[in-house]
Amino acid sequence: MEFTEDQILRYSRHILLPEVGGDGQEKILNAKVVLVGAGGLGSPVGYYLAAAGVGTIGVIDNDRVELSNLQRQIAHNTSRIGVDKADSAKQTYETLNHDVKVVPHKERLTSKNIMQIIRDYDIVVDGSDNFPTRYLVNDACVMLKKTLVSAAVFRFEGQVMTIFPGEGPCYRCLFEVPPPPGMVPSCQEAGILGVVTGVIGTIQATEVIKAILGIGHPLKGRLLLWNALDMNFRTVKVPRNRECPVCGDHPTIKELIDYEQFCSMSH
Amino acid sequence: MADEFKVDKTLDIKGQVCPYTFVRSKLAIEKMNLGEVLEIITDHRPASENVPKSMENEGQRVLKIEQTTEKEWHIFVRKDREKKKRET
Repeated sequence: MEFTEDQILRYSRHILLPEVGGDGQEKILNAKVVLVGAGGLGSPVGYYLAAAGVGTIGVIDNDRVELSNLQRQIAHNTSRIGVDKADSAKQTYETLNHDVKVVPHKERLTSKNIMQIIRDYDIVVDGSDNFPTRYLVNDACVMLKKTLVSAAVFRFEGQVMTIFPGEGPCYRCLFEVPPPPGMVPSCQEAGILGVVTGVIGTIQATEVIKAILGIGHPLKGRLLLWNALDMNFRTVKVPRNRECPVCGDHPTIKELIDYEQFCSMSH
Repeated sequence: MADEFKVDKTLDIKGQVCPYTFVRSKLAIEKMNLGEVLEIITDHRPASENVPKSMENEGQRVLKIEQTTEKEWHIFVRKDREKKKRET
């Protein structure tokens, strides 16, 4: 492709990198990435992907912007309160970079719609805040062999792992089934330091861009753990579980599961 | 005097400054075939040093740097390498 004059300027700092160059930037422009959630994690992921010039960014979210989101969800702002998050994110990202097309998917993911939605994308980024969605996304990505950059945050901590189905472990290799409802604090009572979502989301965006370019060492078979208070990064090796119910040698999960939403349940 | 190489493409980037001098040179050489020679014409003095240095860092071969006037340099680079790969 021929870059426009504006593109040469906009992406010059990428083009200068030996590992990127013009052909790498072209890969980024042609990439299609879908974000599960436009919240604390999805916001910075989408921001950096838009800045990088990822050509198509899908945003799956059926919530509306609330005031309590703005302490961490940087795709949105005060004037967007009440606006659909997917639309708000589209406006933010497309304003940042006109090379980017944002496709809003204003739906809650279920076993019925997930395949149809993520099928058209190359890479899936999980920024969801609940276990039913996390497992649904993992299983669907394994079934469709989509690269999945999975992450979670809690209070002052976060974790990231990149899943390459068939090549390395999936989320179920790590945690086979969701925890029972009473085991985890509900969303309302957990709390999260806003910037933690920024750090972890930015790491997810880095993994996405590395995967698009095929450079470096992804978090494949490695779980990255970060604690903001200790300011400590650790990676833990995660082997692929041959007995994994979804990506193992003899999978028992062949259909997608809608676990009960228990995140908002009080107990 | 005849050169020992033939120029396959000429890129005139007079008026451009760093780092766009190298950005544009790099984009041009990426599109060329191995063994072909790119001639870069610049009027930006730092580029007469930085562009050759950066080209060599990326594995290309600088054949000649020729100053033709007080403010014009012709840089001849042979494409010796496709995109640098850290990992395969």
